[in-house]
Amino acid sequence: MKRLHLERLANPQLLALVAVLLINWALFPNFFRISWQDGRLFGSFIDVLNRGAPVAILAIGMTGVIATKGVDLSVGAIMAVCGAVAATMVVAGYPTPIAVVAALAVGIACGLWNGFLVAILDIQPIVATLVLMVAGRGIAQLITEGSIVTFNEPSLIFIGTGSFLGFPMAAVIALVLMILVTLLVRRTAIGLFIQAIGVNRAAASLAGIHSRMLLVLVYALSGFCAAIAGIIVAADIRGADANNSGLWLELDAILAVVIGGTSLLGGKFSIPLAVVGALIIQAMNTGILVSGFRPEFNLIVKAGMIILILMLQSPLVGNAAGFFKRDTRQAGSK
Amino acid sequence: MTIISKLAIAASLATALTSVSIAQENLSGLVVGFSQIGSESGWRAAETSVTKQQAEALGIDLKFADAQQKQENQIKAIRGFIAQGVDAILVAPVVATGWDDVLTEAKEAEIPVILLDRGVDAPEDLYLTSVASDQVKEGRVAGEWLVAEVGDADCKIVELQGTVGSTPAINRKQGFEEAIAGHANLTIVRSQTGDFTRAKGKEVMEGFIKAENGGADICAVYAHNDDMAVGAIQAIKDAGLKPGTDIKVVSIDAVPDIFAAMVAGEANATVELTPNMAGPAFEALSAYLADGTEPEKFIITESKLYTPADNPQGEYDTRKGLGY
Repeated sequence: MKRLHLERLANPQLLALVAVLLINWALFPNFFRISWQDGRLFGSFIDVLNRGAPVAILAIGMTGVIATKGVDLSVGAIMAVCGAVAATMVVAGYPTPIAVVAALAVGIACGLWNGFLVAILDIQPIVATLVLMVAGRGIAQLITEGSIVTFNEPSLIFIGTGSFLGFPMAAVIALVLMILVTLLVRRTAIGLFIQAIGVNRAAASLAGIHSRMLLVLVYALSGFCAAIAGIIVAADIRGADANNSGLWLELDAILAVVIGGTSLLGGKFSIPLAVVGALIIQAMNTGILVSGFRPEFNLIVKAGMIILILMLQSPLVGNAAGFFKRDTRQAGSK
Repeated sequence: MTIISKLAIAASLATALTSVSIAQENLSGLVVGFSQIGSESGWRAAETSVTKQQAEALGIDLKFADAQQKQENQIKAIRGFIAQGVDAILVAPVVATGWDDVLTEAKEAEIPVILLDRGVDAPEDLYLTSVASDQVKEGRVAGEWLVAEVGDADCKIVELQGTVGSTPAINRKQGFEEAIAGHANLTIVRSQTGDFTRAKGKEVMEGFIKAENGGADICAVYAHNDDMAVGAIQAIKDAGLKPGTDIKVVSIDAVPDIFAAMVAGEANATVELTPNMAGPAFEALSAYLADGTEPEKFIITESKLYTPADNPQGEYDTRKGLGY
């Protein structure tokens, strides 16, 4: 039992995160230096938590979707829509809580639409969510009328740049959301049902699982998470940028989930490891910024690291490692 | 602000942006087709609205077609304009290649075509002229401002580049480097891409500040566009430093929000990428239609420098309504 626990701690995702952070530290000795400034923690490592939060939040929702053998390509566009809704509403004079609730409601509505297409109309998830991925940004541009809607409402800005006990608000929100959603799926049977749908939806339905309703729910959760990320990103720059908010972040979120060990073929999943995946991606981004590489190398460095991390998780590499272990054991028994 | 002063500003805007010389009266009543790329940025939206204002002031009937980033839509629109028998066509081409056929059709129909903002890889006789900014010069103007600003003092500069490999990023980088070359006291210590966006500009600047001794070593930030500068300004403030004072901020584009930052004393200079490409285009068209004057093949717009001395509040107010 104890050994199992140790093995879980030594999983490839956490090792990869530690490795990336150590590489950053080697390239930039002050990487872990954290100071206290204006009532908040200040340092590169804090940046990783803060900047990684939006993708981590997307990954929380995306994990559920991918576990059902689906994918949600629309989260980046939903971020843009929800950021636009929140920003235009506070500019129009609505109080922040109402604007935030409205933006969250719009995110859930977008998720329900995806769920409707996937679960009720049985459209393939990649096609169904592509609809909003393309149309969503247009909707966001309609809401902002093509310009960046800037605002100065302190309570909304707090969501993006404020701090709680010194930690950036965005990271705190991501942590709380991760704990809540993990408890929701692990302390109830929902996680098992999601896994069952991912492995074999027909069999799950025959076994009495309301697969339609659950599918709609996971897409709604993904939309909800995207809405939170969208509000954070808009609050961070004090403006809703319909063209660029969340652009390509759906791919980062999918990558985070995959690094977290969840298969695109559905089934077994882990939300905390997807969040670790998001932090790995951000640790690389921040590392590139402080290390002083030329920007032309950004994507090459990232791609190289990701290939390495994914290779470590490949069954072939695992088998090879197992083969060598067996080999030494046999040698020892002789 | 009172309504009267607002009206006064609106009136001065109308005269400033749409100053119509008497010589262009011959354009009144003409039909001109305008194939615009889309509305992917605030600047593009401003170009569209300025073009419409210009046309209206000149009495031109402007047929507007939004291509939504697709060349096929632009080619369709231009063929449509030719079929309608318009008097002239304005095109802001989305890509450089693949225009020969449709431009030849326009030439055969004897409709002058003027390219706005971007060039094409087609024989020069297929279009009347092209109106565009000189992006290298924009970078150079920004660099020259900083050289004059810091004088003999040492200055470590961090650079927020545009999207890697994009033409404006390459050219604006080159122009700036040309301007500071030969001034050994100015050095670019860090350069990264902020993808022309506020969010990335802020994130990259955060990294730069951590990497350069909490920002204490940075004397100036040069951003390839204003949006990244606006993001960088927030990062500087979050780090407990004063943008505009502790770290000078110079950027390119002259969008309204950088003037708002100037009013707050947080930005030092911006170089204008004018949205008024149509003005010079209509001038050239007018001269051509009047007596067949062939305009220059490449009309370069002015790259004007704006600093807090240039009434930033007024600039903000005039630009805010242009759809940036």
